[in-house]
Amino acid sequence: MSVPVAGAIDRIRSVLAGVPDPEIPVVSVLDLGIVREISDDHVTITPTYTGCPATFAIERMIRTALDGAGFGELRLETILAPAWSTDWITDEGREKLRAYGIAPPPMGSGAAALKNQAPAECPRCGSSNTQEISRFGSTPCKALWRCKSCAEPFDRFKCH
Amino acid sequence: MTQMPPLAVYAQRLGDDALILGQRLSEWCGHAPALEVDLSLANLALDLIGQATHFLGLAGAVEGKGRDADALAFGRDAMDFSNCLLVEQPNGDFAQTVARQFLFAHYQELLLTGLATSKHERMAAIAAKSVKEVAYHCKLASDWLVRLGDGTEESRARMIAGLDWMWRFVDELFLMDDIDRDCLRLGFGVDKAALRRPWDQRVEAVLSEAMLQAPAVRRGVAGGREGHHSEHLGHLLSEMQFLQRAYPGASW
Repeated sequence: MSVPVAGAIDRIRSVLAGVPDPEIPVVSVLDLGIVREISDDHVTITPTYTGCPATFAIERMIRTALDGAGFGELRLETILAPAWSTDWITDEGREKLRAYGIAPPPMGSGAAALKNQAPAECPRCGSSNTQEISRFGSTPCKALWRCKSCAEPFDRFKCH
Repeated sequence: MTQMPPLAVYAQRLGDDALILGQRLSEWCGHAPALEVDLSLANLALDLIGQATHFLGLAGAVEGKGRDADALAFGRDAMDFSNCLLVEQPNGDFAQTVARQFLFAHYQELLLTGLATSKHERMAAIAAKSVKEVAYHCKLASDWLVRLGDGTEESRARMIAGLDWMWRFVDELFLMDDIDRDCLRLGFGVDKAALRRPWDQRVEAVLSEAMLQAPAVRRGVAGGREGHHSEHLGHLLSEMQFLQRAYPGASW
């Protein structure tokens, strides 16, 4: 019993493209860069934050989706290294975040970005006249910002 | 005290530090001075408990007796916990919590940066992942230290009192014992004593921005690594472990 090889990886990829992030359902696990490797006998994923409660949900949802699509034999493996980075969020994923009202993270993660935080672009009106209200938001991956042009608050995906 | 291999003890200490501080911070949930602070502290707690899960999972795996992170977190009594005394100190007022977080986060960032190049692959992976989260903790704690220290007469007095309370537990962070030396020799661990100088410099820089001074040097207190804890840990554990003690193995 093995997975039919022809086109298997493409089909696995399209199954995974249909697995949303439980907290931000407009982006898939592929958009977020959580899926690190797809082969005809396993899928490798990596967690975003060490304590993110969505990690367990994501693992379950991927398993269920694979099983449901006839890929019950595929192993699902989790790796920690290299550590997940917001740089791995795809361009398409960034666009989906923006359309959903979440400012996507700037590229180039790490300490440098922390120290020199350029203003986020408001996902509603596009203004850069914005201000950070709280570096920690409703989920580990988001910070709370406010637009001084359109006066709307918004989430910004934290650089990680 | 323990039969665990040195690496297991080492990982357990890292896990216990993160777990106990995470539990302490979560006591703030719903009680912080402002909604944004509430969110911040809960996020820090979540990061730390996530890190604890990884480090305790590693400790259990190295020990090889079938104990997982949950078994280690919920199935040990106070004397078997190896966290440093700093993290178990009570929250006090917000300034006291900021003081504890400030002192610990800067230590943790230096330590995890070192461990990220550990020769032990899993240890290095956990550290490299965790240090990205801790960078945010350092920034948050430092920002608040400056805001309170260089704030009103009231906030400044409280910040000074908070630092005063926590300072005696700093020396313990950098102590090296046989476990530390074994792990350092194997290339798994970090020379914690060597982190003291960079820690002093970092802390000093923020203190001076906050118009504060380090409290007067006094005799440090230690013992957490050997299971000699302050009275506060037992109370914390009684709450944290209640459910698994009352209904062992309960899950939902």
